[in-house]
Amino acid sequence: MDVTVIAETSGDGLHPVTAQLVGAAASIGGTPTVLCAGGTGAAEAASISGVAKVISVVGDCFGTFDGAAWAEALNSVTGGDVIIAAASPSGREIAATMAAIRGIPIVQDATDLAPGISVTRPIYSGKAIETSTITTPCAITLRANAFDAAGKGGSAEVSTVNQSADVAVAVREAIAKASERLDVAEADIIISGGRGMGGPANFSHLNEIADMIGAAVGASRAAVDTWEEIPHGMQVGQTGKTVTPSLYIAVGISGAIQHLAGMRTSKYIVAINKDPDAPIFSVADYGIVATWEAALPALKEELGKL
Amino acid sequence: MGIAVLLKQVPDTTAKISVSGGRVDESAVSKWSMSPYDEYALESALQLKESGGGDLVAITCGPARAAKMLTDAAAVGADSLLHILVEDLNALDSTQVQTILAAAVAHSGSDIVFCGKQAADTNAGSTGPGVAHLMDASCVTMVSEVASDGSSLTAMRASPNGNERVAVSAPCVFAFDKGINELRRPNVRGIMMAKKKVAEVLGPADLGVDVSASSVSIVSHTPPPQKPPGQKFEGADSVAAVVGKLRDEANVI
Repeated sequence: MDVTVIAETSGDGLHPVTAQLVGAAASIGGTPTVLCAGGTGAAEAASISGVAKVISVVGDCFGTFDGAAWAEALNSVTGGDVIIAAASPSGREIAATMAAIRGIPIVQDATDLAPGISVTRPIYSGKAIETSTITTPCAITLRANAFDAAGKGGSAEVSTVNQSADVAVAVREAIAKASERLDVAEADIIISGGRGMGGPANFSHLNEIADMIGAAVGASRAAVDTWEEIPHGMQVGQTGKTVTPSLYIAVGISGAIQHLAGMRTSKYIVAINKDPDAPIFSVADYGIVATWEAALPALKEELGKL
Repeated sequence: MGIAVLLKQVPDTTAKISVSGGRVDESAVSKWSMSPYDEYALESALQLKESGGGDLVAITCGPARAAKMLTDAAAVGADSLLHILVEDLNALDSTQVQTILAAAVAHSGSDIVFCGKQAADTNAGSTGPGVAHLMDASCVTMVSEVASDGSSLTAMRASPNGNERVAVSAPCVFAFDKGINELRRPNVRGIMMAKKKVAEVLGPADLGVDVSASSVSIVSHTPPPQKPPGQKFEGADSVAAVVGKLRDEANVI
């Protein structure tokens, strides 16, 4: 099985999901070629165990994100039976465009792969699971943290290819994030607030706790829709972000079905709610029936002791 | 300037999904709605039409029940409706869906396409970029607003560092994230007018698209794995015990 992995980057280096993509490639019998767009993370990719080779694709087009141009440049560098990318916004776009260029099918956001190729993915934001078979050649994107990462210790050969494409998207203005807080899509621990927090100012308590444990702060759709101070980027759930952190702490969130769909696959879930019958408790590993006003100071104190 | 918006009817996000006989039971879905990201695409398309003129066609590929969603789009201002009738979308692969939609856009004569970044059923996100490629159009994803500055179109999109305002020329595809715009609701006049609007209904074959052999076949649908019941504690005094368990049982802090 000839597998091409599109490396996922984060800043100037590789995103940890890249090693998971390589691990997943091995599970369908592939020793992948890893493509590094713009050369980012090439040396790091070469050190991932099980990588056959790394192609650093450099060209002017990689200065601005234009998924169509990136896909065109990357596509001309490699063949392959299966293209694997991360199910991130850019990974999805590049893989979908490469699939369209080749006229091959794509399945996005897989959480399991088996030889054949059998693909498992959540549908309806996790309210059901679909298993399908897909013929090769094909493209598949993978959800972060769903696959075991390949280890370190590889020493694949790195080659550099100059390949660009026409960029059709011109950046007129860049607007930096209002806050430097960690994104919920990237975080290993998330503490989220709902309308039960009473008002947007009370999210400062969540921020304080997040800072203590390196967490991101999220919110329910009800909180985002009610208070304009809570941006959509914080929203966890079916019309927000789907997250799978190690620990998800839900505070003042009742647990509407579209919220549960976005966070139910978190490894451990803590729910703090004053209503003992709140649906959030049905997915919580540890439920605390209490007001946030009482529970959060106690949580701060206990975390401070760690 | 011809504007097309691609819409998909999906189970409402508040609807329960039940599985029977290894398949999601669509007949048990209590409410079908326009996919939420498509609603933002439609709103932004309406605003572009209002500011710059041009006809707005609402296009869907789906079963007969999706006709209601097209009528809803007409009620808020879509000028014409195009329904590509496909009874079982699950039987089509991504290439087939994109080929149908790109052919439908060409049929409508549109050169600016709005769609959701993904639909709320499969949550894939392949359609926008795929249709853009087939149209030989540029593509901007994760878009929250679009405006015309006369010579080009500008879009606000999410970037790893915040947001970017980018410019593109037609033909182009904008795949929408949840936007900053308030969604409009239809008024009585709009609803009455929409009832008189007749959708053009075509089959894939009418567009010259072959949908015979899908390269993806569904093996099974299953309910999500149930978590074992968790532990529940009363009162804020239990926070210390829970933190202890997170540290010692779960090893996550």
